[in-house]
Amino acid sequence: MIFSFLAAIGAGFLAFLAATGRLFLFVLSSLAALFRPPFYFRLLLRQVVEMGYFSLPVVGLTALFTGMVLALQSYVGFARFNAEGSVATVVVLSMTRELGPVIGGLMVAGRVGAAIAAEIGTMRVTDQIDALTTLSTDPFRYLVLPRLLAGLITLPFLVLVADVLGVFGGFLVGTYKLGFNPAGYLDQTHQFLETRDVVLGLVKASVFGFIVALMGCYQGYHSRGGAEGVGQATTHAVVSASVLILLSDYLLTQAFFAR
Amino acid sequence: MSAHAAPKISVRGLEKSFDGKQVLNGLDLDIAEGESLVVIGGSGTGKSVLVKCILGLLRPEAGSIRIDGAETVGIGWAARQRLMRRIGMLFQGGALFDSLKVWENVAFGLIEGRGVERNAAQEVALSKLAAVGLGREVGELYPAELSGGMQKRVALARAIAAEPEIIFFDEPTTGLDPIMADVINDLILKCVRDLGATAVSITHDMVSTKKIADRIAMLHQGRIIWQGRKEEIDRSGNPFVDQFVHGRAEGPIAMEVRAL
Ligand SMILES: Nc1ncnc2c1ncn2[C@@H]1O[C@H](COP(=O)(O)OP(=O)(O)OP(=O)(O)O)[C@@H](O)[C@H]1O
Ligand SMILES: [Mg+2]
Repeated sequence: MIFSFLAAIGAGFLAFLAATGRLFLFVLSSLAALFRPPFYFRLLLRQVVEMGYFSLPVVGLTALFTGMVLALQSYVGFARFNAEGSVATVVVLSMTRELGPVIGGLMVAGRVGAAIAAEIGTMRVTDQIDALTTLSTDPFRYLVLPRLLAGLITLPFLVLVADVLGVFGGFLVGTYKLGFNPAGYLDQTHQFLETRDVVLGLVKASVFGFIVALMGCYQGYHSRGGAEGVGQATTHAVVSASVLILLSDYLLTQAFFAR
Repeated sequence: MSAHAAPKISVRGLEKSFDGKQVLNGLDLDIAEGESLVVIGGSGTGKSVLVKCILGLLRPEAGSIRIDGAETVGIGWAARQRLMRRIGMLFQGGALFDSLKVWENVAFGLIEGRGVERNAAQEVALSKLAAVGLGREVGELYPAELSGGMQKRVALARAIAAEPEIIFFDEPTTGLDPIMADVINDLILKCVRDLGATAVSITHDMVSTKKIADRIAMLHQGRIIWQGRKEEIDRSGNPFVDQFVHGRAEGPIAMEVRAL
């Protein structure tokens, strides 16, 4: 009884190690592809447009509402000890340091990570990835690398837009609903914001973008078993990317901001 | 010294299993340069797996695969890529790239694999499409807009577009009407006769087999149980081969089915 329990834990742990190892090898293969010509610039561009431009509406909207809610909630909280004046500061710091990157990352995981896993997974189960190989084309260079790079460079821009819209949402609620003076609110917004807050938020975004693309590619690449397998790969891509985003968010925050 | 030239492809002791299920079990096979070999065998006996192992898409657990005398099991990516430039493959399901137009699919190996300029590659692609009975206008469509048989022909055009030395055809005529099947048979023969290619085809279609084969090999339970010139197949003296060729439900190959 106790042994079967321990055996189950051990088996789970070994499976975890094997999965981590496979993921690590996958990253290494992608990095190795970076140093082999040719580089598919057109494919990179297409992925940047797909990931960045077409994600703008959903990321922009969620950031706007997040900023608005943030202003409302912090106002309610701060009013209890007469600190309403800090609403603008709280909104801008939360958005740039934390919520912009995380919300952007999670939204892109749902939109783009799923699409990547479904596309590459379908190519896997219909032999298209094998066909690439027989046509002397490296699937890592042709499929994986452009997506990883697109994630790395696109998310910061997307999150910058999210930051601006979030702050704007806070400004709308602050001035129209909570009765702040517009100039005063903007002043508050600037006062305690440092360049570092924004830049480190964008570094986070870059890491999150990489995670989303990586999980999409990895799950898609290793999917098998027809349409059902592709569906599972898609789910796993979104779930694992979301968990990894929140986990790495904690680690990065600790590394960047804790003193 | 053997009187024969060294084989183009030589497979020895090939073993491949999936999740404990043995599919190839010590398979030996030689394929001579410039010959057309047809591999026959029941559904699910591992014909596609055999071809994928030779191509290096699946990694066998044991055995050796030599092409022009050089070992290919476990070679690195660069060597594999060089090898692939000399090989064409028609996948059983077509495996066309959905995101590319038909002509871009056919020209893919030329453009990406060999660095041919796009316009030149397009002309080659359109002429190959014409050879499989598809007009210029089809070149502008996407694979999802084609019928199953048309997809198969596009896949065939893609496999032969770069005029490879070795071509694998996994069920080239399945899903085609009898007339188009015969056109495809002629095309495969033309690749072998005119280009001097070595062709390995997998098929269940005995009419097609008799037309395109120089030699026939039968795969059963993970091994080649019979091989010989196509004239010999009707008097092979092998009950497995006889059952397959005549398509009889009764015989030594027991199908795992239960009556309704
Ligand atoms: N990627 C895979 N994972 C697990 N099992 C596989 C895989 N590919 C093939 N198999 C198994 O190997 C066996 C042989 O498959 P294969 O596709 O080679 O059959 P085949 O001889 O080509 O049949 P058909 O004539 O129907 O195409 C089958 O039982 C199949 O279930
Ligand atoms: Mg098959």
